[in-house]
Amino acid sequence: MTDVHHSHNPVDLAPGDEDEGRIGPRLIGYVVGLGLALLLTATSFFVAGTDLVWQPSIPVAIIVLAIAQMGVHLVFFLHITTGADNTNNVLALAFGIMIVVLVIGGTLWIMANLNHNMLPMDQIMRMQR
Amino acid sequence: MLGKLTWAAIPFDQPIPLLAGAVVLVAILAVLVWVVVKGHLPYLWHEWITSVDHKRIGVMYVLLASVMLLRGFSDALMMRAQQAVAFHSPGFLPPEHYNQIFSAHGTIMIFFVAMPFVIGLMNLVVPLQLGVRDVAFPTLNSVGFWLTATGALLVNVSLVVGEFARTGWLPYPPLSEMTYSPGVGVDYYLWSLEISGVGTLVAGVNLVTTVLKIRTKGMNYLRMPMFCWTTLASNLLIIAAFPILTATLAMLILDRYLGFHFFTNEAGGNMMMFMNLIWAWGHPEVYILVLPAFGIFSEVVSTFSGKPLFGYRSMVLATMAICILSFMVWLHHFFTMGAGADVNAIFGIASMIIAVPTGVKIYNWLFTMYGGRIRFDTPMLWSIGFMVTFILGGLTGVLLAVPPADFLLHNSLFLIAHFHNVIIGGVLFGAFAGYTYWFPKAFGFKLHEGLGKAAFWFWLVGFYVAFFPLYAVGFLGMTRRMQHYDVPEWRPWLMAASVGAVLILIGIIFQIAQLVVSIRDREELRDHTGDPWDGRSLEWATSSPPPVFNFAVLPDVSGEDAYWAQKVRAKQEASAEEPHYEAIEMPRNSPTGFVCAFFATITGFALIWHIWWMVIAGLIGAFATFVVFAWRDHDEYEIPAEEVARIDQANISERRDMISAAGSV
Repeated sequence: MTDVHHSHNPVDLAPGDEDEGRIGPRLIGYVVGLGLALLLTATSFFVAGTDLVWQPSIPVAIIVLAIAQMGVHLVFFLHITTGADNTNNVLALAFGIMIVVLVIGGTLWIMANLNHNMLPMDQIMRMQR
Repeated sequence: MLGKLTWAAIPFDQPIPLLAGAVVLVAILAVLVWVVVKGHLPYLWHEWITSVDHKRIGVMYVLLASVMLLRGFSDALMMRAQQAVAFHSPGFLPPEHYNQIFSAHGTIMIFFVAMPFVIGLMNLVVPLQLGVRDVAFPTLNSVGFWLTATGALLVNVSLVVGEFARTGWLPYPPLSEMTYSPGVGVDYYLWSLEISGVGTLVAGVNLVTTVLKIRTKGMNYLRMPMFCWTTLASNLLIIAAFPILTATLAMLILDRYLGFHFFTNEAGGNMMMFMNLIWAWGHPEVYILVLPAFGIFSEVVSTFSGKPLFGYRSMVLATMAICILSFMVWLHHFFTMGAGADVNAIFGIASMIIAVPTGVKIYNWLFTMYGGRIRFDTPMLWSIGFMVTFILGGLTGVLLAVPPADFLLHNSLFLIAHFHNVIIGGVLFGAFAGYTYWFPKAFGFKLHEGLGKAAFWFWLVGFYVAFFPLYAVGFLGMTRRMQHYDVPEWRPWLMAASVGAVLILIGIIFQIAQLVVSIRDREELRDHTGDPWDGRSLEWATSSPPPVFNFAVLPDVSGEDAYWAQKVRAKQEASAEEPHYEAIEMPRNSPTGFVCAFFATITGFALIWHIWWMVIAGLIGAFATFVVFAWRDHDEYEIPAEEVARIDQANISERRDMISAAGSV
């Protein structure tokens, strides 16, 4: 399949297709990404084991670091940018995020509601006493 | 040495599965011997089994679905017969066998009939409609097909080696946990779906990439035929939903094999999490099946009405709305399992809202037909039958979406009647419409019209006779999956339903006869021009069957209904300029898919029976296959320009004759 005409269409490129140029700048991008990813990972481990931060905020801190980690991966390794040539990828990402939010959010809501409605028998008995 | 596998696994004491298995085995052996003796084996290997041509893979998908339809339908016949006789009596099927039959029926019909049928049609048609030479990942396509076939094979092996699940088509824990289902039945279910699930995911990735990235010159998104849009939506849903199925079943596997407690009764497990996750996949799955069918009806209705599709953009919008809404309704499958009124109300309303875009589509098809010059060929009959039947099924669905009504009807035969109404009336009728419509494109000759119409009428009437009594008996309080019963009011309805099953059987026999007769009379039914239905989209712009490269010169599209526009232009201008041919590069055939599936079958079978050395051997084999494929040197070959010109000129002359004949009328 070498003769597909519209692959020359500039607004519709696959990730990695956009810069066929020199290897130098691309390598720098990957190194920066690796550095950031390692930094964020190390910070999560550090935060979990220290008392420098207020204890109850640690889970929140780790969630924030995890989301930042995803962002680093998307930008430096999967090359999701906001450029005009990236519509498909941004849309795919948006669709994916929406489905994840719907499924995880819905699940948390449904399961919490079920747990509330269907307490184990011994707890219901205790409440009725 | 062989894990749990002993001679006791063969059900010598149960005559029905043993006899059925023996007959199938003899039939397979007979076909194999015939193939080898007649010397067709090299042809089959080089042209079909190792083929990476999307058209051939599509045909093989549809063939797999058709064979599995026969298996799933024999299960249905047995269940109908059992319920017809099991009034105050144990019937002829013992409970543990009856339970396996309804589980196998559901599993096979959804995963190995409906799924391969629609994926097969999408594979066959979408690249042609987009005006391109192949899908995005041809070898991956073949891998996907063969992994699906592996799943189907494992389910059928369970007929004679061991047993199948007795848990229903979705193995709800805690029944499906080791404590209550210690046999290999659930393991057969789990591993066949894990393996075929990978195949489906691969097919989904491939088709989405094809639609998004590989379109011919000028084929904008809003010029794509409707079937391409529904393919895109359906495969986006596959990519989003099938990982949920795989992960959920993997958790059940961990529970069963390694003593985890995801869904168990004890040690903090929560079985409701399984219901939640399985339906978060299960509801989108419904739309994965029915959206391609909607696409087929759009193509068929527009072609046989001789008009462009009414409200094309609203159709696109409705499709994409369904794509998203389908992820917001899954709780309606377990309204009665403990959720509170607020949760139930919101999911109930969401379920009713999803009927709106579907209604938009129905009106669009009706308005497409309005004022058109309608030809009642078999595909059009299936489409009209669909519209009537699907509206009824949709309405009972909206009724079930009302939580208080659902508390009465949950797990009753009313529910069974509803989902058969939408899946047979929607998906299966769509698959049959597509099969009749695109058969001449795939093989170069039309199917026999008379027998096709007879099959349609028997299916339609049979469907109503088989399933509408189930609505009534559901209202009378009959629950699903009953092996015997003693309520006299139910009996007449169940007898009527079994008559309906026999009518459908006659319909299927007509379909088989139609295929046999059409192959016998293929010279009279031959489609010389490649455009037997006066079609509108690009698949009709090439010969039937299309050459391996689909189009000698890739078409240039300048609007909707691309091929219709070409025909109009050709009639006006009369003399078309000579096309300029170039050499074409096509992917080489590869046995990767078949070999991969071979090792997947070994691994799956070994995992089911706990034969650990064989698991390791299978996995090493699969990895070696991957390495060999990754190391290949030549994956393309070139078809010289003269050859392309020779193939194309033969078709062009026939086509010119047709157009000039049509122009002179």
